[in-house]
Amino acid sequence: MPEPVIVLDAVSKEFPADPPVRALSEISLAVRPSDYVAIMGPSGSGKSTLLNVLGLLDRPSSGSYLLDGIETTALRDGERTRLRGSRIGFVFQSFHLLSHRSVAENVMLAEVYRKGTTKRGRKHRRARALAALDRVGLSHRVDFLPDRLSGGERQRAAIARALMGSPSLLLCDEPTGNLDSQNTDAILSLFDDLRDQGLTIVVITHEAEVSGRAERRVRITDGILTEE
Amino acid sequence: MDLRDLVNEAVAGMLARPVRTALTTLGTVLGITTLVVTLGIAATAGNQIVGRFDELTATTITVEVPEDRTAIVPWDAIDQVVRLRGVTSAAAVAESKQSANLSVRSNKIVDPARVTDRTLTVVASSPSLPQAVKGSMIEGRFFDAGHLARKDKVVVVGEHAAEILGITRLERAPAIFLGKHAYTVIGILGAMKRERDLSNAVMVPPTIGRQFGIKDVTRVLINTSLGAADLIAGQAPLALSPGNESLLQVIAPPSPTRARDGVQSDVNSLFLILGLVSLVVGAVGIANVTLVTVMERVAEIGLRRSLGAARRHIAAQFLLESTLTGLTGGVIGASLGVVAIVGVSVAKQWTPVLDLPLAMTAPLAGAVVGLLAGLYPALRAAHMEPVDALR
Repeated sequence: MPEPVIVLDAVSKEFPADPPVRALSEISLAVRPSDYVAIMGPSGSGKSTLLNVLGLLDRPSSGSYLLDGIETTALRDGERTRLRGSRIGFVFQSFHLLSHRSVAENVMLAEVYRKGTTKRGRKHRRARALAALDRVGLSHRVDFLPDRLSGGERQRAAIARALMGSPSLLLCDEPTGNLDSQNTDAILSLFDDLRDQGLTIVVITHEAEVSGRAERRVRITDGILTEE
Repeated sequence: MDLRDLVNEAVAGMLARPVRTALTTLGTVLGITTLVVTLGIAATAGNQIVGRFDELTATTITVEVPEDRTAIVPWDAIDQVVRLRGVTSAAAVAESKQSANLSVRSNKIVDPARVTDRTLTVVASSPSLPQAVKGSMIEGRFFDAGHLARKDKVVVVGEHAAEILGITRLERAPAIFLGKHAYTVIGILGAMKRERDLSNAVMVPPTIGRQFGIKDVTRVLINTSLGAADLIAGQAPLALSPGNESLLQVIAPPSPTRARDGVQSDVNSLFLILGLVSLVVGAVGIANVTLVTVMERVAEIGLRRSLGAARRHIAAQFLLESTLTGLTGGVIGASLGVVAIVGVSVAKQWTPVLDLPLAMTAPLAGAVVGLLAGLYPALRAAHMEPVDALR
């Protein structure tokens, strides 16, 4: 059995307030390679907090989080940043593309801060970006500015950026929240393809259509995780 | 992170809002321009004034001798001055109120249709006068020690005086009448570089000057080699009249360095302050705009953090953006400043003096201003939590 990509063991997150807000309560979760997991829950359930913990953007108050077998809760800030840059590809609801840079440049941005890739050469960075864009079917929009793309195309560009440097985990936060049903369908099909290619995908969503396509669904309510 | 990537990101960040960046550089442009123009114009003007102190003025000393019952400066005292090291030539001159308006005629013919009597100045001088006034003999020769010893009745006329008297050639030894007596004209002195008034005068040996009330030396003209003027100005009175040196009045050229310092300090201080104030205003402008930009680009900062950018990467990018903005302002400001200096020089017909280190340092000063102005916004950006930035 391959080593899990994510292992959460009794992870809790409390925010200092009076009384303290417990956003995550002793959550345990294991995600194996090529898993396609949907995390569902209403707003205020702790979804975003879980995403931040999974994305190494926030530290849990207690418990342990292993990413690719690396214990992350004990890491220093810089090491967490490096791990985030190299192992996790983010896909956001609002795409977060730089509006004054072309699609290819936006995708290439993923390698700017990544250690080790500079050794592979900046020269071939564009070639790798084009390959990633090809993977998401956006080869015909390479030199467009993001303003000129449709919502679905923008999200596909953002996914191409997340795919650069082959991350262990694609972490998606409401990836279809800003898209119409047709574009949503296209993005979900893309996720299916990527999963078939062996990518591990974690999608956080409150839409039933999105979670329905995932092979594994977990629900979070008031900080407590339950497998469906 | 590759340095080229950092530069690339910073330049892209600057060019994303070109109008805003251009307006932001304006403060630095004004400050640097003012500084470069101030320092450049001062250097140019300073050099101009130094240029006016040419060799002639800088090597000329005049000693005025007050009238007294006894002779304060004897005629042979000139020999003592010439012996001083640094003196190239010297001559003594004597004139009096009485001798200033003497009636001079070139012949005795009474022509009712013409004014034959001319009023000219008569001056007694030592034989070394042509060298001392840096003139040359147009015709004939100047009188020498022999003429003095023999008390010859000879005179030399100035160039202009010769014209008035109608004397052009000396082959037939023309004579002129000073008062009642006739004197032989042996030379015409012209092309004088100092004491140009002598062009209108009649010069006589001191031995015959007594007849016109000119007895004692009233003025000593001294020429020095370059740089010796100050020293000779101090030594000449002592050599001319030991014991009476305090009675003599020495007119020496002003020291050129002092003149230059005066001009520079006048122009500089006010405009330097003005330039520095503009620079500070420019820095505040950059800091302000960079801070606004940081707040606007919170999402971008969050994205970069999610892509693996460390805090120092974010800080470096914003710091480089503000530094490049300052550098751009510095380059434009220095260029405008140089153009302004050349423009002023053309208008005033000066020689522009371009201080190369200054022109090179000015853009760097702009960059430093940008760097300092960017410190706070860059730290703000770097301290942003990625969770907050992505919200």
